[in-house]
Amino acid sequence: MSLETPAVSSASVPVLETEQDVLAKAKRNAGRHKRNVWLLRLAIVVAWLGSWELAGRYWIDPFFYSMPSKIWQRLTEWFTGGTDFGSIWYQILVTVEEAFIGFVIGAIAGVICGVVLGRSSYLSEVLAPFIKAANAMPRIVLAALFVIWFGLGLSSKIATVFVLVFFAVFFNAFTGAREVDRNLIDNARILGATRWQVLRSIVLPSATSWILSSLHVAFGFALIGAVVGEYTGAKAGMGFLISNAQGTFDTAGVYAGMLIIMVVALFAEWLIGGAERRLLRWRPQMSADDGRRDI
Amino acid sequence: MAPPLIELVGATKRFPNGSGAVHTAVRDLSMSVDPGQFVAVVGPTGCGKSTTLSLVSGLQPASAGRVLVHGTDVQSIPDGVGYMFQTDAVMPWRSVLENVASGPRFRGAGKAQARAKAADWIERVGLAGFEKYYPHQLSGGMRKRVALAQTLVTDPKILLMDEPFSALDVQTRALMQDELLRLWSGSGAAVIFVTHDLDEAIALADKVVVLTTSPATVKDVFDIPLQRPRKVEELRLTEEFRALYSNIWESLRGEVDKARQKGASNVA
Repeated sequence: MSLETPAVSSASVPVLETEQDVLAKAKRNAGRHKRNVWLLRLAIVVAWLGSWELAGRYWIDPFFYSMPSKIWQRLTEWFTGGTDFGSIWYQILVTVEEAFIGFVIGAIAGVICGVVLGRSSYLSEVLAPFIKAANAMPRIVLAALFVIWFGLGLSSKIATVFVLVFFAVFFNAFTGAREVDRNLIDNARILGATRWQVLRSIVLPSATSWILSSLHVAFGFALIGAVVGEYTGAKAGMGFLISNAQGTFDTAGVYAGMLIIMVVALFAEWLIGGAERRLLRWRPQMSADDGRRDI
Repeated sequence: MAPPLIELVGATKRFPNGSGAVHTAVRDLSMSVDPGQFVAVVGPTGCGKSTTLSLVSGLQPASAGRVLVHGTDVQSIPDGVGYMFQTDAVMPWRSVLENVASGPRFRGAGKAQARAKAADWIERVGLAGFEKYYPHQLSGGMRKRVALAQTLVTDPKILLMDEPFSALDVQTRALMQDELLRLWSGSGAAVIFVTHDLDEAIALADKVVVLTTSPATVKDVFDIPLQRPRKVEELRLTEEFRALYSNIWESLRGEVDKARQKGASNVA
């Protein structure tokens, strides 16, 4: 085929879309998509809370099931006048303190044990059945024992949080440490790395994405552990507040407590997400990741 | 005459193959490399070329025979060895600069000193301006340059290369071969370059060692009297190169055919 000059000269070729048009259109579409998603989310919340409120007023007994307006009332009461056991901020602080301390100790212990066992196939083979058994155990029940051992204060809650967080982090750190690319280790050894340097500069960073993803779940567990610990026996905290609300048939109080814990968990999730993004800067952006950020 | 820098004498390597039997990857292999010599090792795919390198690097001990570097038996990783792996071995969580600086850092250099040295090598491999990039932001060819700088920054006297460019497209590969020759020419390092690409072997090396199909042992050794400095792309078109190629291919072809038949019978 020969290269003929086109019959229509290039000057008269119509431009249907300029670059600006393409960009503006993409931007418009993205904006519309985002708005629609948020509108739909809002609609779901309104429909859910509205139907609950209506049902509570005309159909079901709010004494047992409560309703949004009552929960809201309880929340404002707690935040303006305090609870029966002191300021609500104090209760939140107690629970967060227990969860945080237990989380930090549990996560550090989980990472250390996971990495050590992940790098030592002999040790992990010996210990495998014990770890499986410990994982199969309903660890939350230990909260009852811990109250007997450590009393009603901080330490029994930290112990409960610890056992929950430890295993969540341990298994991920273990897998992460075991899946390290053999090539990277060989390369580091050739470049002159000692055993310790290989661990620090290859194994740990390699396992980081595994460990970080476990921390999301682990902090949720930490809050659950703290609340259940308080529920089992305590003198303050959100779990104690909920337990007390249950004791006085205050269903709105139970819901209000749940709501506060939820907000705390979401806030912590946001913090951990931020730390994760900072530490995993080196990783290519994945679309799944972007999707989650939105939520 | 100076003693060879690297010497393999009747080296043999056996592995348990996972199903109760023993697989012999390398059998009774003898070869030697002089200081500053560029030796290419060719052989059919999967014949045990890489194993030969891991014996020299000390990553794996030999089952029989001797492996000598600097005239002493290899017990652990010998001094002055650089190793470029077939697949990417750059650390994805470190920037280009930190990756290249990691060798000196592991060996106890200060941060500033290691970085200055790394920056110098990054420039030499043509990656200036990319110091802060992470490996996933680079192309395959650029990652190879990082790996090359990471290896060369430790100033190795022995450079082991395991099909380092096999994953690159043809043009990038030729470019990297030229780069390698340019960087190597001033270094005085001895190179063992493993490849299954005969073109590559002849274009780069002073000496081509042809291995038999698995278990690998030396079949033939050819000297490559082509002049340096070489331009890989142009070299390929010369009469001399074609003559050497057909000569060595005669030797290699038999082994490749054997490997193919073996592969076919394994499949059947």
